Amino acid sequence: MSTIDASNKPAARKTVASGSGRRAGDTIFSALSVGSGLIIFLALAAVAVFLSLQSREAIEGSRELTGSADAVSLLEYTGPLIFGTVFAAVLALLMAVPVAVGIALFISHYASRKLSTPLGYLIDLLAAVPSVVFGLWGGVWLVPRLEPLYLFLNKHLGFIPLFAGEPTAPMKNLASASVVLAVMILPIITAVSREVFLQTPRLQEEAALALGATRWEMIKSVVLPFGKSGVISASMLGLGRALGETMAVLMVMSPGFTYSLHIFEVGRHQSIAANIAAQSAESTGIDMSRLIFTGLVLFVITFVINAIARAIVSRGPKS
Amino acid sequence: MSETPAAHTAAPAARARIDTTSERHLPWYHLALTGLASAVLAAIILLALGKLSIAGVVVLGYLLHLIIGFAYSRVREGRRWATDRFVSLLVFGAFGLALIPLVSLLMEVIVRGAPRLVAPGFLTGDMAGVIGGMDAGGIWHAIVGTLLVTFWASVISVPIGLFTAIFLVEYARTGWMKVLGKGITFLVDVMTGIPSIVAGLFGLALFVTVTSNPGIRIGMMGAVALSLLMIPTVVRSSEEMIRLVPMDLREASYALGVPKWLTIVRVVLRTAIAGLTTSVTLAVARVIGETAPLLLTVGALPLLNTNMVSGRMQTLPTFINSQYKLGNAVCNSDTLTNPITGIEHACSVAINFDRAWAAALVLIMIVMVLNIVARLVSYFFAPKSGR
Repeated sequence: MSTIDASNKPAARKTVASGSGRRAGDTIFSALSVGSGLIIFLALAAVAVFLSLQSREAIEGSRELTGSADAVSLLEYTGPLIFGTVFAAVLALLMAVPVAVGIALFISHYASRKLSTPLGYLIDLLAAVPSVVFGLWGGVWLVPRLEPLYLFLNKHLGFIPLFAGEPTAPMKNLASASVVLAVMILPIITAVSREVFLQTPRLQEEAALALGATRWEMIKSVVLPFGKSGVISASMLGLGRALGETMAVLMVMSPGFTYSLHIFEVGRHQSIAANIAAQSAESTGIDMSRLIFTGLVLFVITFVINAIARAIVSRGPKS
Repeated sequence: MSETPAAHTAAPAARARIDTTSERHLPWYHLALTGLASAVLAAIILLALGKLSIAGVVVLGYLLHLIIGFAYSRVREGRRWATDRFVSLLVFGAFGLALIPLVSLLMEVIVRGAPRLVAPGFLTGDMAGVIGGMDAGGIWHAIVGTLLVTFWASVISVPIGLFTAIFLVEYARTGWMKVLGKGITFLVDVMTGIPSIVAGLFGLALFVTVTSNPGIRIGMMGAVALSLLMIPTVVRSSEEMIRLVPMDLREASYALGVPKWLTIVRVVLRTAIAGLTTSVTLAVARVIGETAPLLLTVGALPLLNTNMVSGRMQTLPTFINSQYKLGNAVCNSDTLTNPITGIEHACSVAINFDRAWAAALVLIMIVMVLNIVARLVSYFFAPKSGR
């Protein structure tokens, strides 16, 4: 644009000429910005490419493709891992969501305004704790304390398949891992739900109260319907995080490779992430390649879950 | 509230639906009294069973109060207020429940970690020659390793993240840049959801492919893996901070003839500097405790190694994990001699757990300090918003 001006008027040309150094600065800066954006494209492409490259060996050498009975079947190898990952994450979600919604309501609608911000920080503090410390705490402190509960449920509610089986101490089972996972995803679900609850139109809340509704009736008829999509997407984000969490599962659960429903039995389940962390140090060649393949599967699962969560968020109410 | 005159003079139909004689809202201390009664009852039950403890009274008392409080309110206040009371109790209970892990975790880490932390040589020593249950060893090498890996991860992520945020806010406004911006926003979302172990696998796969050495484990691999986790956090929060800068400031700068890049550097970034510092600090705090990627990429080493491009390194998170995995030590003799230094040490069964807890305490302190610094920066230096 300015080049046309410059060719027409000598005076304008002069200013442009003196400003060419500045425009060089502009060019460099915008190139840097665009370049950084492109690096993100490249990085994600690189994740997909390098993981695929490294897992090719496992796919080509699998029983499904080679047909030989000696080869390891990728389906049989990955199946129990996917089952364990999803099982633990879903259990964690079932435990975390009601509590998180309760906390979010507490902070947004029950606690006084002065208290709500510090209380929010307190819950955020949980998010700041490194996962390895959660694993340590879960393995040393939590597991022995959950044992009586497990034995009680196993004895009295053992007819339910989930609680059946034979729990043995130390209780490094799927249930313990799920409890730790639930604690770890609590802050994210709480934070997102709280934000949505706080966005509820104030007038609607006051209208409900003015009609004589109790606080719970107001929440049930105004806040929860308004925040429903927010809570769902928050849960999906939490699920995504629970699926990919490594250390809590690695440190709190004894691994096993079955499709067992008995969450109190030790050595029955394993998650993809924990399996990679546990096996990678001793694996080379096709074993390593198989681990990378399971990592690729995990990446795809979490990608799908997160994409669904984002889609729900974008459809949800705008502030 | 429900005892307003309006309720009594309501139309007959309404009076029939809402039984006004049984509906009233009692003051809050009724709830406190039923709570006290429940706690006493819980204490009596536990005493009868011989299992009296404060935790037991709190848990059983809370559960009893759910029933007693509801029943009391049902009789005195009616169904609607009873439900309200019940839900209030549940909501308070949920918050209390979330405090259990938080408080117990911090307590455990401090109580179990502090004695070993102040032991001589723990913060300054390394693990060279420390075997079995030897009551010795330190974490200096792990602290340095953690700081180095995180520093290099930040060196990679902060410029990329910051420039991407600048691109998203300042450049991705029209035309193809807007399309690119949308794509990048989507990809940043995807990156936020990458499991940390996958980031580790990426670091591994990348370096193994490039160097064609399957056994390679160096600090830089960890930094690259961590930066994959750090970049989206930096982009997200810096983008938010840059967006907060008022448009008027930019326009005023443009009106004075200042070029765009100088406006961004001198006006936008300078205004947002406090928020940007906060977001970078929080991003550092987030990745400094990452364990899984480092397990795959950095490996472990009992010695100090400050070379990022050669040899394995020890970091605090992986140190905690490895000590935890060792479990209780076996003590066959009272003393053990360090084969490298030749010094004799006592034998302790729980030494590995002690070291793990103490290292966890150090790690948590680093994370907390970073978080506090971030909050202080945003509290003291952030421009006051219009709200």
